[in-house]
Amino acid sequence: MTSQNTKFNEHEVLHELKHYLPAQAPLKDFIHHNTLHAFQYLKFFDAIRTASEMLGYRVSLSFKEYRDLYENKRIKSEILDRTIIQRKGAENLNEWREKVLHKEYHSPGLPRIGSLKSNWKRHYRIDLESLVHPILFRILCSYMDQGISIWTFPVKEKNFLSSIREMERNSFSSIFRTKRAKELLLKSTCEIPDLLAILVGDESLYKQYLFDQQFAHQGWSGMVSAVEDFPGTLLDTKRISTHSLIVLELLLEIDALDFQFKGKWEPLSGKIIEQPADLFAPSEHTEISDVMTIWQEAFEWSYYDEVLAGIKLDQSQNKPDESIKNKNFQAMFCIDDREISFRRHIEELEPDCETFGTPGFFGVEFFYQPEDGKFYTKVCPAPVTPKYLIKEFGNSQKREKDIHFSKTSHSLHSGWLISQTLGFWSAFKLFINIFRPSMGPASASSFKHMDKFSQLTIENKNTDDIENDLQIGFTVAEMANRVEGVLKSIGLVKDFAPIVYVIAHGSSSVNNPHYAAYDCGACSGRAGSVNSRVLSFMANHPEVREILKVSGIMIPDETQFIGGLHDTTRDEIVFYDENSLSTQNLESHSHNEVIFDKALDSNAKERSRRFVSIDTHESAEKIHERIRVRSVSLFEPRPELNHATNALCIIGRRDLTKNIFLDRRSFLNSFDYQVDPEGQFLVNILKAAAPVCGGINLEYFFSRVDNQKLGAGTKLPHNVMGLFGVANGIDGDLRPGLPSQMIEVHDPVRLLMIVEHFPDVVLKTIQIIPATYEWFINEWVHLVVVNPETNELSYFKDGKFINYQPLNKNIESISDLTSIIESHKENIPVYILK
Amino acid sequence: MQHLLPLFILLPALGFIISLFLPEKKETLISRTAFFTVGLHLLGAIVFFIYWVIGDRDPLNLKDIVLYQSSDYEFYIDFYFDKITATYLLVGAFLTFLVTTYSRYYLHREQGYKRFFNTILFFYIGYNIAVISGNFETLFVGWEILGISSFLLIAFYRERYLPVKNAVKVFSIYRIGDVGLILATWASHHLWHENITFSKLNNYELVHEHLTSHSMIGVFISLMILVTALAKSAQLPFSSWLPRAMEGPTPSSAIFYGSLSVHLGVFLLLRTYPFWEQQFSIRILIGVFGLFTAIITTGIARVQSSVKSQIAYASIAQIGLIFIEVAAGYENLALFHFAGNAFLRTYQLLVSPSVVSYLIREQFYNFSPRQRSVENSFPKKIQYTLYILCLKEWNLDSIMYRFFWNPFKRLGKGLDFLTVKRLLIFFIPAYLISFFCYYHRDLIPSHVEQYLPITFSLIGLIMVVKAFTERKKAILSWVLIIMNHFWVALAISFNEKYKIDESVLYLSGIIVAGVLGYFLLYRLRKLESGIDLDQFHGYAYKRPTIAFIFLACCLGVSGFPITPTFIGEDLIFTHIHEDQTFLALCVTLSTIIDGIAIIRIYARIFLGPHVKSIYEMAYRSS
Repeated sequence: MTSQNTKFNEHEVLHELKHYLPAQAPLKDFIHHNTLHAFQYLKFFDAIRTASEMLGYRVSLSFKEYRDLYENKRIKSEILDRTIIQRKGAENLNEWREKVLHKEYHSPGLPRIGSLKSNWKRHYRIDLESLVHPILFRILCSYMDQGISIWTFPVKEKNFLSSIREMERNSFSSIFRTKRAKELLLKSTCEIPDLLAILVGDESLYKQYLFDQQFAHQGWSGMVSAVEDFPGTLLDTKRISTHSLIVLELLLEIDALDFQFKGKWEPLSGKIIEQPADLFAPSEHTEISDVMTIWQEAFEWSYYDEVLAGIKLDQSQNKPDESIKNKNFQAMFCIDDREISFRRHIEELEPDCETFGTPGFFGVEFFYQPEDGKFYTKVCPAPVTPKYLIKEFGNSQKREKDIHFSKTSHSLHSGWLISQTLGFWSAFKLFINIFRPSMGPASASSFKHMDKFSQLTIENKNTDDIENDLQIGFTVAEMANRVEGVLKSIGLVKDFAPIVYVIAHGSSSVNNPHYAAYDCGACSGRAGSVNSRVLSFMANHPEVREILKVSGIMIPDETQFIGGLHDTTRDEIVFYDENSLSTQNLESHSHNEVIFDKALDSNAKERSRRFVSIDTHESAEKIHERIRVRSVSLFEPRPELNHATNALCIIGRRDLTKNIFLDRRSFLNSFDYQVDPEGQFLVNILKAAAPVCGGINLEYFFSRVDNQKLGAGTKLPHNVMGLFGVANGIDGDLRPGLPSQMIEVHDPVRLLMIVEHFPDVVLKTIQIIPATYEWFINEWVHLVVVNPETNELSYFKDGKFINYQPLNKNIESISDLTSIIESHKENIPVYILK
Repeated sequence: MQHLLPLFILLPALGFIISLFLPEKKETLISRTAFFTVGLHLLGAIVFFIYWVIGDRDPLNLKDIVLYQSSDYEFYIDFYFDKITATYLLVGAFLTFLVTTYSRYYLHREQGYKRFFNTILFFYIGYNIAVISGNFETLFVGWEILGISSFLLIAFYRERYLPVKNAVKVFSIYRIGDVGLILATWASHHLWHENITFSKLNNYELVHEHLTSHSMIGVFISLMILVTALAKSAQLPFSSWLPRAMEGPTPSSAIFYGSLSVHLGVFLLLRTYPFWEQQFSIRILIGVFGLFTAIITTGIARVQSSVKSQIAYASIAQIGLIFIEVAAGYENLALFHFAGNAFLRTYQLLVSPSVVSYLIREQFYNFSPRQRSVENSFPKKIQYTLYILCLKEWNLDSIMYRFFWNPFKRLGKGLDFLTVKRLLIFFIPAYLISFFCYYHRDLIPSHVEQYLPITFSLIGLIMVVKAFTERKKAILSWVLIIMNHFWVALAISFNEKYKIDESVLYLSGIIVAGVLGYFLLYRLRKLESGIDLDQFHGYAYKRPTIAFIFLACCLGVSGFPITPTFIGEDLIFTHIHEDQTFLALCVTLSTIIDGIAIIRIYARIFLGPHVKSIYEMAYRSS
């Protein structure tokens, strides 16, 4: 951010370096976030341009891809023209249209990262990376390993550098090849500036050298940095820091140079003839970057405009307040974009129902400890640190074992026996797994998160009931507080149906190291089943209801809340505590179950249009069976498509978009402006929705546009490292980001957030929390407000709302969705549902 | 019944050829072709096997095609079938069938879907030729195909740095194995004075008689077989290549490096067992190598913290045990062990991504911070020493560089004064004079003449070393490689009475492929302005067609069994006498380095990250 300083401030540089490194946690805690979070202080297009020049990322589609989209009418010419006029003025329209559509541009020169360190190769003819990286990665992986190796790192109690020091001191062998580096480690304090003085020499180059060095393996550096900041993310905690990683790497570099040149070499600065380009220099607009900006905006607005036109048309036709008074049931879902189609099918099958969306931890934040679990699992959004613990007991599930993962097969003598006995069993199992896939102990299943018939310690009757500083369960007042919060934020404060379902979601997959990314993001990459049960318990609690009455929420006595879990991969649903239902409710519940099952079949059919291995024309039941088989197939790298194609986040009443076909592209957060005229609840919704939905959206965005550097590349060659990351082969860097199989159908467009409220209220609301405001003012997320009374649309730009008139005047109405689903493999345009 | 044997090679060959012509986008068509080819093959193998078992179970032998014949030399393809063949054939067909079915969905939408199935089928041809082969020559054909298909599969992700680097590394170790096989073939020509078939090796008296009269040459052959087996089965000191080969898609790693390819060293030992059975010292040696490998690699496997390298080293350790079993004469046990190990490791590799969810769950419920392993009871100093050694893989990876490649590189640096111009100025007159002398041999004093073959082969060797170490000019390197072959041909023609048509046979493929390759490089240099060998350029990214044709040229020049050069290479060796160890050494060395230098040119120019599309490429370290 600052230009080159001659003074090297270690603390500052390390802090800045850590900020730029990928922030992805270990695999089991995979949580989506903005990949380029370090650049979020800039406006979106400035940020991505800077990131690209500095670190060599690709930050948009290629011009060819944009031009193909234009050919296919996915980018509309009137939108393109409008974008050019907005950016370049009407008088330059023709000139810029020509540039955008036809001009050939050469790819830019080399990125700035690495330019300093590349001098080793240029002037010394030494390939430092291939001498240092393999052993460095190996030591890091062995130290942090969570359970792959049989013989674990011998010194565990100390921090990273001390462990290595201890081993080096008491060993006949060494990780170093020469004396000096070893002695530096054993006899000096290994200050980074001292080591850099040996290697680089010129203090003004230190900072850039460290950036070059760490960005040559940003995956490992990012993992170390993440573990340093959140040590609890590794169950077997490790004390490692970016500082110690840099020290070891510098020592290994000195060692490699000493070895290669027999100790006779000079620091790098002596040989550098020209100063390398400043890594942090501001990046300038160029014609190429302008063309890219125009294309990207035109691409985004080609879709947004359809959606907004749909909303406007639909709202003007719709007479408000035709809502049903006597509902059969109500159901809450996660805001997740995978639930939108499920909700649509339920609503279609049972018109007398109402569905809601709210982040899938349902406003109850706690740690969860399953029976026999040795650790606590956080089941709420990542930034929240809960003070509560909920424990499971009475679990009757057996954890199955699979001997193929047993480490005994890797030892000599038992391996001898196992390969000759179990080996033949493997052949059989492989055969079965290929021709008749089924669920096994190796699969990750959301239903394993909590046993259906177990009990939970939800209510706290004695506030001294504390375990490791966590209160076990919630008191009645705390429960009432949370139930009120959820109900008011989604606008469900009256007209309760007899049954209110609280449906969480999770996923199942096999052979999938990224399984946590498929679960509920609002539950820190876990299934939300416990949360759904906890909220239902709270809302059913008579004392809680008494308190709610005081706040004006009258829940009738016959109304019962019931938890459930939707498996988004298999399209299956499980309900919890059904025996607590009254006889009458039990009866209607069994009627509702049929509806849910049918909706799941239809949902499976709708999803199948993206899967080549399934013929979407078949009956819904048949397809659903295939979807289930697919979820447990070892050879299926796409058990589901997760958040791919996400583009929208709608915060408002269901009626706002109930009649609009948004495919599976939108997060839906229920919100009623009438319940929250001042925007108190809206603040909290936006505080969560911007980073969660925006984070998911941008992670997909960047993994899609640069799958090699910002994504994980294809998952087919991935090798699991230490149970916390994946790499290609055995000597590779860790690959953060999403694998190509998750993002290939994704359209990289930023999230458009549509809020149903009055612009002045929203404007006030978004400015309350600066971190939230940054998302909007810097355009990492688009924001449009629908005025609930006038249906006027306004777009947020440069700190104020501007009226927006959609260019699309006609959005087609359809009544038969099935034929559309059966005939489209790609994204489906917006329709109005009759 | 033996007449059916060639079908087991023709079928995959047919499938391979069909698969080459399928359009890239037609995934179903491509995978179905592979599925039916391998499926039919499996079915055929089962039926054939049942027939054979309920029949007399005698080994089958078929002398198939004679490819070249002269008065004292015959080159023919021979097939053989016994229980070793049966086991390898069935295990191979079964696993390949499962893996092709698996990959059909697994590789969906992957760039190079077609390339993958092409290479799998190509591999499958090689595998079948090797396991059905009835003599060294046929075995060698299969062996070469396996080597090149391995290279192509490791470098499947050819736009990334590490796969390409590791592919070249593995290829160079395979090459050492190849040459072991060439030398074994050469020596056995001299031992038997014919192209001995494996079937004849079963004749105890015959083998016994030859070995008593030529014990040294017998030991030499066995040693060469051992070297080849060690290299192919990743035994010490070659072990470090196996984990590094796990760069392709998981199913290909599973089938090649988990099971089939890596067990071929065992196959070679089993196949030649009747020959070295009578040499007690060799049996001890094989056992000792197996034992050392088993112990050392078990240690390395125990410290591995990545799942694929753990499986790789554990598998190597089991193969070490199989070596012991073979050396001890427990053939059936070894076969059984091979099959079990192959199945187990294939499955373990295929389910390796599941290890995260499974082991994390195990850890969640069963974690104990004080978990200890056996080694923790060792004295501290021993424990740390061994741990660090195992972590560094006992330096196996760098040993090859330090003691083998680096000396050549240093030698090559001494030849920096050679330029294309100087070379041509030297080469053309020198070669013409030598050629003139060849027709007027009477002019040369005999004591000079006997040193000529060695001198010429040394010149060839120098050229190829220079080609191997050249960092700047790709074309120079290529020309040097071709010149090497000319010198070798000349050296041999001075060695004994030698017909010019044999030289023509040898050089024919090289000339055609060499000239075409030269032309391609020349054209590429025009198009891309400058091609050096100092780094990977990745031109296959933008120019796949040139890359493909050039690969064919590389195969042609390196004596791959697609041109007559292949037979010529074998012929050349038959003209080296058994007492000319130095000459054999020179020619062998130049053959090894020649192959590696060719693959190096191909890899450096066409593979790796495309230098002109840095923004589209992965980081070097990934």
